[in-house]
Amino acid sequence: MGLRMNGYRLDKSLETHAEAEGWDEEIHGRHPMDDLLRTDRLPHIWCPGCGLGTALTCFLSALRKSGLDLDKVAVVSGIGCTGRVAGYVRLDSFHTTHGRAIPFATGLGLGNPELKVVVFSGDGDLVTIGGNHFIHAARRNIDMTVICVNNFNYGMTGGQVGATTPVGGITTTSPYGNYEYPFNVSALAAASGAVYVARWTVLHARRLERSIVEALLKPGFSLVEVISPCPTGFGRRHRQREGLDTLRFYHEHGVIRHGADPRETDIGLSGALIEGKFVDIDKPTFLEQRTRRLEQVLNK
Amino acid sequence: MSKGGVRTSHDGVLSGEFFMQGDIASAEGAICAGCRFFGGYPITPATEVAQRMSERLPLVGGIYIQMEDELASMNAVLGASWAGVKAMTATSGPGFSLMMENLGLGIMLETPCVLVNVQRGGPSTGLPTLVGQGDMMQARYGSHGDYAIIALVPSSPQELFDLTIHAFNLSEIYRSPVLVMTDAEVGHMTEKVIIPPPEEIETVPRRKPTVPPEEYLPYRVGPGELVPPMAVAGEGYRIHTTGLTHDERGYPVTADDSAQWPLVQRLVDKIEKNKDKIIVLEEDGLDGAEVVIISYGIAARTAIWPMQMAREEGICVGMLRLVTVWPFPDEQIRELASRVRGMVVPEINMGQIVREVERCAAGQTEVVSVPHPGGGIHDPQRVLDAIRKAAGRKVNVEE
Amino acid sequence: MKFWREPLDLKDIRVPHGEITVLLERCKGCGWCIEFCPRDVLEVSDEINSKGYHPPRTVRKEACVSCGLCELLCPEFAIFVEETEGEVVLL
Repeated sequence: MGLRMNGYRLDKSLETHAEAEGWDEEIHGRHPMDDLLRTDRLPHIWCPGCGLGTALTCFLSALRKSGLDLDKVAVVSGIGCTGRVAGYVRLDSFHTTHGRAIPFATGLGLGNPELKVVVFSGDGDLVTIGGNHFIHAARRNIDMTVICVNNFNYGMTGGQVGATTPVGGITTTSPYGNYEYPFNVSALAAASGAVYVARWTVLHARRLERSIVEALLKPGFSLVEVISPCPTGFGRRHRQREGLDTLRFYHEHGVIRHGADPRETDIGLSGALIEGKFVDIDKPTFLEQRTRRLEQVLNK
Repeated sequence: MSKGGVRTSHDGVLSGEFFMQGDIASAEGAICAGCRFFGGYPITPATEVAQRMSERLPLVGGIYIQMEDELASMNAVLGASWAGVKAMTATSGPGFSLMMENLGLGIMLETPCVLVNVQRGGPSTGLPTLVGQGDMMQARYGSHGDYAIIALVPSSPQELFDLTIHAFNLSEIYRSPVLVMTDAEVGHMTEKVIIPPPEEIETVPRRKPTVPPEEYLPYRVGPGELVPPMAVAGEGYRIHTTGLTHDERGYPVTADDSAQWPLVQRLVDKIEKNKDKIIVLEEDGLDGAEVVIISYGIAARTAIWPMQMAREEGICVGMLRLVTVWPFPDEQIRELASRVRGMVVPEINMGQIVREVERCAAGQTEVVSVPHPGGGIHDPQRVLDAIRKAAGRKVNVEE
Repeated sequence: MKFWREPLDLKDIRVPHGEITVLLERCKGCGWCIEFCPRDVLEVSDEINSKGYHPPRTVRKEACVSCGLCELLCPEFAIFVEETEGEVVLL
C-alpha cells in the first residue's frame, strides 16, 4: 500500500517549482517584486497572455507605494484563476472556498481591526456565487479592499458563462451566445454602498496601480474592478486569440471617464469600455458606526 | 436589564447562580471561555444564542455581527479565528446544512471554533419550534470528504454551559471546529445554571509557534505530535493556507496524491488517536446490568423515568449517556455489548446513532432502537417496552 | 527632439535613462512589453527559452527612459528596468 507517511510529513514538500522545472537558481530574487512573491512557487499557473500576472504586479507595486505595514496585510481569495493570487504573495494569505472570500475577510478584519484586509478574487467568485456577500459587505461598508478581476467567464474550469459575461458571449455553457443580462460589477458595488469604485483594464497599468493605492488607503469598502484578458477561456472565442489582441481591444475601446455614473458603464462585446474612478465618497465604516452607536447607548 | 429571567450585568463575565435558558447558558459559556466573536444568523430555536451574544459581546469587548446567511456566518467565524479571536456561531438544521462546505474549510485549514446546532424536527424546514436529534450523522459526515470531528451533546442548560466552554478548549487543543449538538428542548429549557467565578474556569489558550517566521511551517508537526502550532494573520509569519490539499508549507499539492495521504491521515488521526482524551461518558448502574440504555442529549434525560420503572419491574437496567457522541466510543460499546443481554437506543431520529451501536456491538447483544421522527420527546411507555424487549421480558402490545 | 521654441529650462531637465533586464526563462512570449513600450526599445528576439518562447530583447536601449511600463505590464515578472546614469537619446 505504501503509505509514505513518515510521521505525516510529505517527503518532497520543500522542493520548489524551480527545482522541479530545472530552472537556474539565478532567476529568483532578481526581479524587484520577488521579495513580495513566493518565488518558490513560480512559475505561476496562469496562461500566456493572461492579465492576472499584471494585476498582481500592479497590486504589489501599489502595496509598496501605500506605505502599509506588510506584516499586517492579509490577502483573502476564493476559487478560480484569480483566486490563485493568494498563493503567490508573500503575505498572510488565505485561499478559501468559492464565493466566500468576503465573509472570511469580514471575520478576519473584525477579529483584528489592525489588519489591512484585501480580497483578491475573480468575477465568478465575487459577483456570481459570491454576489450576496459582495453586496452585504458593501452595504455594511466593511473596511476592506476588494480587487475583482473581471475576465467575463469562469476561466479555471474552461470558460463557462458567468454573471458578467456580456450578451452574446460564447462560452462552453453558452455555446449559442449568452442571452442573459450581465452584472455591471462597478454599478453593483456603487449601488450597494461602496465608498470607492474604480475600473481599469490591465493595459492601463499605471492608473490601475494608482487606484489600488487609493483603495488600500481608503477606509471602508473599496472596489477596484480589473478588466483582464482570458485568451484561453474567453478571448479566443471572440477573435482575440492572444492576450495581446485583447489588450489592443482595450487600447481601442477603452474610454476614461472619471466620475461617470456606474449605471452607464455597462460592458458589451463591442462598444466603449468605460474606465475610471467612478465613486470616491466618505462614509463611516461598519466599525465606526458600531462604535458610535454603542458609545451613545452604553455611555462608554 | 432582565431577559429570560437572567440579570445582565454591565461589567463583563457573569458568575453566580442563575435560572437560565439553555441557549443563553451556551452564550454565557462561550463568553466565559473567551469567545469574543459571534457571526450568526437567526434561526429557531437557536436565535436566543445570537440575541444574547449581540447584547453581551459589546459589553466584554467582543464583536457580534449578523451575517447575511449561514454560509457567511461560518466563514466569518473562520476568519475571526484566523485573526486570533475565539469565535463561534449557532444555528439549527437548515443552517447546519448551509454551513457544511465551510465547516469542511475550517477542518482543512485546522481552525479552532465552535458551532452550536440546536437541533429541531427535520428534514428541510421541518418543525422549527420542536425538538429533534436528526443531525447526528450529519455532524460526523455532513461535509464532503474524509475527516474526524468532535461533537458534544448536553442534556441540560447547565451542561450546555459547561460543554460550550469545553468545546472551545477542545477546539484549541485539536485545532479543529467542535460541534455542540444540542436540541430545542435543552436549548429552550430554563433551569438552574451555576456559573463559577472566572478564576475557576479552565480555558485553553491557543498553542503558538515557538520558532521564528523563517523556520515556521504552518502544518508541520513534530515527532509524535498530531496538531501543529498556529500562527495567525498579522503576527509577521506570512502564512499561506488553502482549502486545497496542501503540504506543510500550506502550499497546494494537487497534481497527485502525495500530500493527500499524510494530510488526510493526520486530520483523521488527530482526533481518532486521541479518543481516550476526548470521549466523555456518564455511567449509571452498568455493573451487572442486563440491559443498558445508550443515549444522548434530551433523549437520555427522558429515558431516566422508564429506566426507573423498569428497575421497579425487576429488570437490571443501566444507562450509558454519551456526552461526546463523536468520536464514537467504539471500545466501550464493544466491551459493554459483550456482557449485557440487550442495549436500548432511544433517540429523536429514525435511528442514527443506533447504527454505530450495532456496528460496535457486532452481534454480541440485542440492540433495540427506539426511534422518533422528531417534534416531541419519547413516550416513556415505548422506551419501557424497548427495555423489556431487550431484557427478554414480555412486551406490552399497545402499539 | 524637435522644439518649436527651446524651453528656458532645457538644461535643467534630466530625462531618466533605464537599463532593462529580461529574465529569459520566465518569459511566456505574450508580446505586451514589446507592443506597448512608448519608446520602441524592445523587439522579439530569435532566441528561445527552455519553454519554447521568444523573449524580448532591447534594440534601442539608448532610448529607454525608465518609465517602467514594461515592468508593470509583464504578467510573468520577467522584465524590469533600473534607472541608471546615462545619456538618453531623445529621438
